[in-house]
Amino acid sequence: MSTEEIRSALADIVNEVAGIPADSVQLDKSFSDDLDVDSLSMVEVVVEAEEKFGVTIPDEEVKNLKTVGDAVAYIERNRSAA
Amino acid sequence: MSRTRVVVTGLGTTNPLGGDVATTWEGMIAGRSGVRRLGDWADGLPVRIGGTAAVDPTEVLDRIVARRLDRSSQLALVAALEAWADSGLDAAQESGDLDGDRFGVAFASGIGGVHTLLSNHDAMRDKGVRRVSPLAVPMLMANAPAATISLRLGARGPVNTPVSACASGNEAISLAADQIRLGRVDVAVAGGTEAAIHPLPIAAFANMMALSKNEGDPTTVSRPFDTGRDGFVLGEGAGALVLESLEHAQARGARIYAEILGTGITADAHDIAQPDPAGRGGTRAIKRALEDGDVSPTDIAHVNAHATSTPQGDVAESLMLHATLGSHANEVVVTSTKSMTGHLLGGAGALEGVATVLALHHRVAPPTINLDEQDPAVELDVATKPRDLPLGQIAAINNSFGFGGANVAVIFGSVD
Repeated sequence: MSTEEIRSALADIVNEVAGIPADSVQLDKSFSDDLDVDSLSMVEVVVEAEEKFGVTIPDEEVKNLKTVGDAVAYIERNRSAA
Repeated sequence: MSRTRVVVTGLGTTNPLGGDVATTWEGMIAGRSGVRRLGDWADGLPVRIGGTAAVDPTEVLDRIVARRLDRSSQLALVAALEAWADSGLDAAQESGDLDGDRFGVAFASGIGGVHTLLSNHDAMRDKGVRRVSPLAVPMLMANAPAATISLRLGARGPVNTPVSACASGNEAISLAADQIRLGRVDVAVAGGTEAAIHPLPIAAFANMMALSKNEGDPTTVSRPFDTGRDGFVLGEGAGALVLESLEHAQARGARIYAEILGTGITADAHDIAQPDPAGRGGTRAIKRALEDGDVSPTDIAHVNAHATSTPQGDVAESLMLHATLGSHANEVVVTSTKSMTGHLLGGAGALEGVATVLALHHRVAPPTINLDEQDPAVELDVATKPRDLPLGQIAAINNSFGFGGANVAVIFGSVD
């Protein structure tokens, strides 16, 4: 999957969980400050992403995923490691 | 000092007959049944009928709002929003004329978010603990419906969740009225909700022999007071009433549907599930409501009975009415709207509260359907067709009784 494909699939998850328009889920956007994804919705996004991308995102890692770009990079890193 | 008077200024509901008050009332007056056959998912269950909500709440609410709520809270929110708009307080709120600190909620549920609890259990069993939703607790907790309404409408006064099984909805009305009488709030949204049409509650109620096993036409199965009754039919939905102090309602020129004259709450201390066959606890609840409102038995023109269509309960309620109203019990037009809606458990007392208020407002009592042969042990004038209620000052009782021995009677008075 390319970076853009991961971003796009993640955007669909954010849309499904939090109702944020998928095209506003861009790499430079902060989940909490720009997209208004609250902490519980973020957990839902993480669990959906784990299933979708076949990665594990430990709870202690979630706080480091401030932007969409952080999450996409984490997913890319851990998919290739697998 | 004279007591604060409490009035009803807004009504809302979503239930097996309709997704709003107008459709529901039209259905009740027409004597329609909202009981239907359940989907294939119910195959293999001992009971395969129910009063499912006529309008799916997810079709009414915003998708993301609905996604974060158990079905019981979805139904509660739909009913509360209708009542709120009906009261005109939504407009007062927008123009800054409502003090959120003096606005409370008393909204009940009998069982809580049972769909959420069980679907998360399924997810945990089938896919692992990671799949349990982080929203599971705020969705399934008993006070979720009340909290949802508080959040949406900005109610920052007391937000309560009375839990007394099938009496819960009526207890919420009583509790909200108390909050206004005690001077804690000026405005309260009261009501109850339930969404328990799911295999586990169906199996549980069926196994305790509370549900009808009648496999005939589903619309004929809920038959309160009839000799052929053999248990209740599970329904789902919510009812909501906006209550205000009379002073607050008059100051804003609100339309007033009815006044809450008195309430009574008692317990049987008899059995966890069976009603006291002599109806003593219910009798005391009705007596207290009469005393509380300084209402004479002869003022009562109408009773919306709890009557769920169980063999014991319906007879006990007849005994209660005779014990409290004396010879006037035969002059009162009694109905059980559960004949049309099924039994909404924690939502029942609230939906029936809405129906009682509408009966006073329109001066007509809705019928009890499926009453082909009245049980001779039920010595009451049960309406089988819509019945006109007298003009002038009249009052009506809404009865609700629940597992645990809970008894709640609320008396509403007409307002001209």
